[in-house]
Amino acid sequence: MTSGDFNEHSLWQRIKEGVASFGVARSIILLFLIILLIAALILDLPMDQILSSMLSRFGMNGILVLAMIPTIRSGTGPNFGLPLGISCGLIAAVLSIELDLRGFQALFFAVGLGGALGAIAGYLYGLLLNKVKGQEMTVGTYFGFSIVSLMCIFWFLAPFKSPEMIWPYGGSGLRVTIALEGRFDKVLNNFLAFDVFGVTIPTGLLLFYGAFCLIVWLFMHSKTGVALSTVGESPRFAESCGLSIDRYRTIGSVVSQALGAVGIIVYAQTFGFLQLYMAPLFMAFFAVASILIGGATLNRATIWHATVGCFLFQSILVVSMPVANLIISENLAEVARIIISNGIILYALTRREIGGGA
Amino acid sequence: MAKDEKVLSSTSNNMHESQKNQFELKWFLRKNIVPVFFFVLCVIGGYYSGLPLPFLLNEIITRMARNSFLVISLIIPVLAGMGLNFGIVLGAMAGQFAYVATVNWQMAGLTGFTTTALLSIPLAILFGWLTGILFNHTKGKEMITGIILGFFANGIYQLICLYFMGNIIPIKVPSMLIPGSIGLRNTLDIKPMQYALDNLLKIQVKIPGHVFPVSIPVATFLAILALCLFTHYIVKTKLGQEFRIVGQDMHVAEASGINVDRVRIIAVILSTILAGLGQVIFLQNLGNINTYGSHVQVGTFAVAAILIGGASVKKATVGQALLGTLLFHTLFIVSPLAGKNLVGDAMIGEYFRVFVTYGVIGVALALHAWQSLQEQRRIALLKADISGE
Amino acid sequence: MEAPRLEMRDISKEYFGNKVLRSVNLSVAPGEIHGLVGENGAGKSTLMNILFGMPVIRNTGGFEGRIFIDGEPVEVNSPYDALELGIGMVHQEFMLLPGLTITENIKINREIVKDNLLSKLLGKKLGILDFERMRRDARKALDRVELNIDEMLPVLGLPVGFMQFIEIARELDKDSLRLLILDEPTAVLTEKDAETLIEVMKKLSREGISILFITHRLNEVLRVADNITVLRDGEVVGKLPSSEATIEVLAELMVGRKVDISARARRGFEEDAKPILTIKDLHVDMPGERVSGLSLNVQEGEILGIGGLAGHGKIGIANGIMGLYPARGYVHVANYGEVELNSPLSALSSGMAFVSEDRRGMGLLLDETIELNIAVQALLSRGKFLKKYLFNMIDRESIRKHALKMIKDLDIRCTGPNQIVRRLSGGNQQKVCIAKALTLEPSILFVSEPTRGIDVGAKKIVLDLLLQLNQELGVTIIMTSSELAELRSICDRIAIIYRGRLQGILPVDASDKEFGLMMAGELSAVKEGVF
Repeated sequence: MTSGDFNEHSLWQRIKEGVASFGVARSIILLFLIILLIAALILDLPMDQILSSMLSRFGMNGILVLAMIPTIRSGTGPNFGLPLGISCGLIAAVLSIELDLRGFQALFFAVGLGGALGAIAGYLYGLLLNKVKGQEMTVGTYFGFSIVSLMCIFWFLAPFKSPEMIWPYGGSGLRVTIALEGRFDKVLNNFLAFDVFGVTIPTGLLLFYGAFCLIVWLFMHSKTGVALSTVGESPRFAESCGLSIDRYRTIGSVVSQALGAVGIIVYAQTFGFLQLYMAPLFMAFFAVASILIGGATLNRATIWHATVGCFLFQSILVVSMPVANLIISENLAEVARIIISNGIILYALTRREIGGGA
Repeated sequence: MAKDEKVLSSTSNNMHESQKNQFELKWFLRKNIVPVFFFVLCVIGGYYSGLPLPFLLNEIITRMARNSFLVISLIIPVLAGMGLNFGIVLGAMAGQFAYVATVNWQMAGLTGFTTTALLSIPLAILFGWLTGILFNHTKGKEMITGIILGFFANGIYQLICLYFMGNIIPIKVPSMLIPGSIGLRNTLDIKPMQYALDNLLKIQVKIPGHVFPVSIPVATFLAILALCLFTHYIVKTKLGQEFRIVGQDMHVAEASGINVDRVRIIAVILSTILAGLGQVIFLQNLGNINTYGSHVQVGTFAVAAILIGGASVKKATVGQALLGTLLFHTLFIVSPLAGKNLVGDAMIGEYFRVFVTYGVIGVALALHAWQSLQEQRRIALLKADISGE
Repeated sequence: MEAPRLEMRDISKEYFGNKVLRSVNLSVAPGEIHGLVGENGAGKSTLMNILFGMPVIRNTGGFEGRIFIDGEPVEVNSPYDALELGIGMVHQEFMLLPGLTITENIKINREIVKDNLLSKLLGKKLGILDFERMRRDARKALDRVELNIDEMLPVLGLPVGFMQFIEIARELDKDSLRLLILDEPTAVLTEKDAETLIEVMKKLSREGISILFITHRLNEVLRVADNITVLRDGEVVGKLPSSEATIEVLAELMVGRKVDISARARRGFEEDAKPILTIKDLHVDMPGERVSGLSLNVQEGEILGIGGLAGHGKIGIANGIMGLYPARGYVHVANYGEVELNSPLSALSSGMAFVSEDRRGMGLLLDETIELNIAVQALLSRGKFLKKYLFNMIDRESIRKHALKMIKDLDIRCTGPNQIVRRLSGGNQQKVCIAKALTLEPSILFVSEPTRGIDVGAKKIVLDLLLQLNQELGVTIIMTSSELAELRSICDRIAIIYRGRLQGILPVDASDKEFGLMMAGELSAVKEGVF
């Protein structure tokens, strides 16, 4: 064997080790992102716009992904029932318009009320989750679907009066999308925003996301948070510490749904529109996929996983869209999103869960 | 000790069984609460929809003929302990791919239909085999895997239909493709094959007092009957016995020398084949394919139907499948009109229908999870009782 | 001389670096009933799993050694192979499907089918079951075990005793059956059923079927077996014809001494001194280790050993007192008062701590760091290591400081307090468990099976550590163990549990025979009126 062979071997070895420690799925996604970025450069796409949009979409979806942490940590798996919290957030946002609030006032009203409603809904959802231990994902998925369709009836019948939200020429119910212009459209994005080489930094949005990361971090490092993780990691161990398992699973659900509610308001704030009716149907899946891409598993997740995952996933969506448009056709980005997000969830499902001894 | 749990946990079930002999209305209602509830809902909906009876009957018959096959395809995986197979979406895709081929070969009539049906089988075997392998890697989580697999496969399906067809996969008939581009159009016309099976033998039945007759596609129903018999036959064979053994206890099956993984794969393949044939029959009645939509809800609708028929995650029969199809699709027909007549808007009925579909699945799954949790607790207590002699 | 029906030669097996079988030899003659006895964890089940080709063996790296059937070397790679070779097994846990009939269970995977067109084309599996013939076979097999019930009844709801016989009938129905393995068959049977079973076994052996009978009921094995092999710690420690065996001999072999009693002076603890822990009429519903009416006093400052055979409830005591399994009775701790049962919090706040036998399941958070594992129980149950801001935040600094001290004091070999516990060796994991318990600053420490699954070298270190805690910190220790030698090496006195109650308390220097007899319930040393 020559020394050249040896070097090559060790390099290959080193790459393999690096990939293993970073996570196979995450590495593939990262590689894919890099290829897309190179393609974007070669195709001479406006990189400043792409980067701006990456930052903005990352901040927009971040809190929805954070919402996965409390349920995963408390042992109920990724929160497929997230549409419940999302619906609470939408109700709060709609109310803020009905009450004719504007700007930060409207945003904070929606965030506060949405969070509170989400917490209450999360408590009830937690009671349900405690009745279906071991099947939380399947039940949560269809529970989420049911809530979305039930909310359709609500949007349709709810007696709101604001002309911005009802159909202009009669017809019952709220509009499918409600423009937030003049309400709280981009109030966070524009707060202290500045440009670097043409890339817009949405300072307010990123700060807001950072604040919520800090809140989740503080929560996970409080006594309650440690108790919640202990319950999730080993119910028997938690019992030996005198903890009530059901209680902490419920707390996980409360925090998660409250974050979901806040998350959708921030999402709508960046997007500029509230999307009602069937729009929240698949939102949970994208949030679940994001955190899994970040390296989380079905029973282990950190803020780091959520942040990295959200950034990778959203970046791919942002970059693939113009690249695909130029190379093939416009719908490919959407197809890629479906394949990546569901593929990563399938991959997580096939993995033997660590923990639980032996 | 572990030995006793099975015996004791099931003694109470046994008592239920013995009660079956003494027919009581109350017991019947409790046992069949789900179908009874939906039956009442259908009657109310039917009344308020204001639809004339022959029209309603015609619609119901059409939909029974269309959908029964798909719903029956769910039975075998339930028998094999894999729960409700949301993965039949892949079977539906196999059926649609088969149509793409036969339409491309410009086939028509019964020949075209038969070729499509036959062609769907090898595709379904392939898809079912892959699904089965995946399910063997996610034992105990088959249902959520099936749901996500459905979405994932849909992405792959779109990739193939939008970017490979007319490109890597040559398409001869230009009208199938998006004009001036590649990829299949949104709607695929299969008029030449429409009613190929339905019209093979059709009888008209007059209902006294109504002008329009009710027409019954006898050949389609014969196919469904044949499928019922086939399912019944499979259950009676050694293979069916292996499904039941694996479904009841994989560990015991393994210790008895049964190749558990293989049996589970066979169950999924059979289910996928039947779903593929089901989709072929469904589409020949419809006359066109919504390329990117026809298959999407197949799993959800079939699962909702069989649950409404009174089936559960652990037990499903042909009777429940047929009853469920009947009730679910009656509700489908009447709810928009009933909604319009009751609230003044058809949309409310539409939303209600969607809610029922998802809600019934959600409730059934939650109930199943809750019951198996109760069972586990009871067993744990009994175990403690026994071990102390 | 005729070749033995079964011969297992030099069988060794390792689980994750832990030797559970060391060149075991076993030989069974045609028509012989061979008893295999040993404590829980002695390696009986592993040996049988190897013989039966259970997948768990292959999945954990296979085994060493060779197996011969009727003199022929054989490979058993799956249960299917075992069946082909004529080996039948009645497992310790029931292998029956309650939803099916007795006939279907007896003919499981050997169903008789009627041929039809499809089955001729596509194979036997598509033949329809021939219930008539299956019934006749089932009837025949049931008759051989003298079970007189309708063969078409569902198994669901049958009395427990019947199921054992149905399983034997299932094995008998295999025409090629040469060797029948019965794993703890009498454990769930009533006296009368056990009697019948023994008769059936004798009858089968007269028909020429060899039987391997695994049990820890010594009187039964003496009655029925021709020869007996005793396993201990994965080794054969005795092989004798049952005519030469007595309960004492077997008990002595099963629990026998391995470590010399250390020279430490034993302190005498008098029953009538003021106890630190009083247990009265304790009942614990722990599956497989039920305690039924135990009364015991523990003296301040002693190391009390708790011994007894598996399944008699010694493990249940600590688990019950600590609130981990449903319990009733009276438990009193000096300087605290009555401990509320079924409440881990109450047990912990009374000054008791517990090092669980289920180290990887209940004792540790395997995927967390050493420091968190050490601190978490005290943090959650006693509010230690907290800083009060807006709400209770964990104080990482004090956790780190405490962990470093524990790592030093207990000599935990690790890369640092941040290392994940899963990656530690068994002995070091056990030290983390002990550190976790010490963090609670207990006055009474329960330790269950402290050396289970630990290397021989580390065993002594863990035991020495317990001794040191007792002598230097004055912690009262109650140690439960299946290894008598280990109890003798550090305890002041040893309580023996039999059928969920205290059978007696022996000094450490009592003879092996006394211990053996007491564990088998043949000797009682409970003085009336003491409690």
